[in-house]
Amino acid sequence: MSIFVDDDTRVVVQGITGGEGKFHTEQMIEYGTNVVAGAVPGKGGQEVAGVPVYDTVDGAVEAEDADASVIFVPPAFAGDAVFEALDTNLDLVVAITEGIPTQDMAKVNKRLSETDTRLIGPNCPGIITPGEAKLGILPGNIFESGDVGLVSRSGTLTYQVVSNLTERGLGQTTAIGIGGDPIIGTSFVDALDAFESDPDTKAVVMCGEIGGEDEEQAAKFIAQNMDTPVAGFIAGRTAPPGKRMGHAGAIVSGSGTGTAQSKIDALNNAGVPVGDTPNEVAEYVEDFL
Amino acid sequence: MRLHEYQAKDVFADAGVPVPESHLATTVEEVVEAVSEIGFPAAIKAQVHVGGRGKAGGIKIATSEEEARQYAEDILGMDLKGYTVEKVLVEEGVDFENELYVGITMDRGEGEPVAMVSTEGGVDIESVAEETPEAIAREHIDPAFGLHPYQARKVVYDAGIPKDVAGDVASILSTLYDLYESKDASEIEINPVMVTADREVIAADAVMNIDEDALFRQPELAEMEDEAAADDLEAKANEYGFDYVRLSGNVGIIGNGAGLVMTTLDLVDHFGGQPANFLDIGGGAKAERVANALDMVFSDENVDAVVFNIFGGITRGDEVAKGINEALESFEEIPKKVVVRLAGTNAEEGMEILNTDLVDVEATLEDAVQRAVENAQEASQ
Repeated sequence: MSIFVDDDTRVVVQGITGGEGKFHTEQMIEYGTNVVAGAVPGKGGQEVAGVPVYDTVDGAVEAEDADASVIFVPPAFAGDAVFEALDTNLDLVVAITEGIPTQDMAKVNKRLSETDTRLIGPNCPGIITPGEAKLGILPGNIFESGDVGLVSRSGTLTYQVVSNLTERGLGQTTAIGIGGDPIIGTSFVDALDAFESDPDTKAVVMCGEIGGEDEEQAAKFIAQNMDTPVAGFIAGRTAPPGKRMGHAGAIVSGSGTGTAQSKIDALNNAGVPVGDTPNEVAEYVEDFL
Repeated sequence: MRLHEYQAKDVFADAGVPVPESHLATTVEEVVEAVSEIGFPAAIKAQVHVGGRGKAGGIKIATSEEEARQYAEDILGMDLKGYTVEKVLVEEGVDFENELYVGITMDRGEGEPVAMVSTEGGVDIESVAEETPEAIAREHIDPAFGLHPYQARKVVYDAGIPKDVAGDVASILSTLYDLYESKDASEIEINPVMVTADREVIAADAVMNIDEDALFRQPELAEMEDEAAADDLEAKANEYGFDYVRLSGNVGIIGNGAGLVMTTLDLVDHFGGQPANFLDIGGGAKAERVANALDMVFSDENVDAVVFNIFGGITRGDEVAKGINEALESFEEIPKKVVVRLAGTNAEEGMEILNTDLVDVEATLEDAVQRAVENAQEASQ
């Protein structure tokens, strides 16, 4: 079992003709993902990596029966691309694009709340169910199929933790990068909720970082609703207030909200051990299983 | 990107928000000239990105030319919480009866902007929010529609703003929302809005943070970026297009991906060192970018040793290794010891290419950080 994606997921790639879109479409197909169509305005009728391209997402969905989309559209047009995807009632939209203006995402978020579609991202590496499908840019070779669910705000930190898990023989059910922006679709709570309902997920790793209060919300959710054990990691303990640490959402406010300490405390209070190093997180998971 | 007060006030004034008369000055003589035009009392305000400037001695009120000269000498060049003051804003002193607060920010939890108004202006609004949250009235804004005029009035009434100025404050709030939206601000605030004896309202301070991800469609604001930079190294990082934050330690850090770079900083601290910076080369960096990153970190005179940590997803280890070689082979003597850890995509190819005469290599994140911390300790002795 897995959450959100599996080998039945039929994917349309928005922005498939761009450099990134083309490269990662090839990588996704090589991994075994069922990429059925591309969508790029003005490029309808072309073919990329053996996949037919349509002018609109609607056209692609109608012709190829897609139920998920991955977005590799440049930031200036990516907000529009998410709207287009939301208007076709897909089950899942994964927005990889980094650098979408926050106010564009605020408008997207409003529309999202009126639909049944799940949005993952933006500014995320995507989602992978090892051995079945990956939607995004995660390097497939570091993942192994197994019992651990993983949810993270950061891409490369996910790879680090996954490699620590895989080295110990701890494979993954599904790994999700939820994205480093201030406004994102799927939250920690959404992902944790799904992992809790997945009988194959025996333990969960959540990798948070400074900024916002999503980790604190997650801690509350874990304490109240989860039987599956969770281990945590929080990046940004040394981040100074008021500075954006790479991710648009990774910022401790002047008054000190969104600090690593506040998140670590919240998780510890919910019974979640938080590793000082990524390797320590893998050790906690090993102890759980 | 945070605008300086003088930059934000220019933006506010252009939009019709009343601001005091002011001149920007970089020398004592310019300050004296400015006060002679403005008259007394005049405020001399350090233009640095530091909260609580007044308490730290960065704002003085001059009532005579001698005082103005004295304060200008005191403030220009002073170190304010780690930032050197290079510019001051010389501004007419406003005789006020009340100090109010208005601001708009993004409520991340709700995913929509929120307008905030309070009669408790002129003090640190975040401590007001903590101690007496009921003193701040809030109104969430549907980003699809913007701030309706009734909402601006409502939040002003809810805050208990005096009736005779409520209309003017609501109007300022509406203008601020227009700016928030049209300029892609992430935060905009006036603290305080001063109410004069004549019951006029005026923006005595101005805070405006711009969403860096929206600068591509804000060319006028993008031009302000260099001037807004906190120091030379941050300006250089803008030039190279790096996400860079300077800290006060001596271990330089380069990596890919925000979360992993933050983690590398944290581990430096965990193993007893002090991080000098955050530098994210981003995804898919080519050799030239890697060399630029080393140049950035070497330019920081506080740095005694460097750790280069890459976990390649879309970034390729061979490209990183090429960049490290190119950068280091250009030196007769490597200025600071560099520890490299490569993992992920093409890491093996990278390890073959990497000139290990020039760098230390470690296989794990923990070992690489520990080695760099040791190198820094040795170099600083």
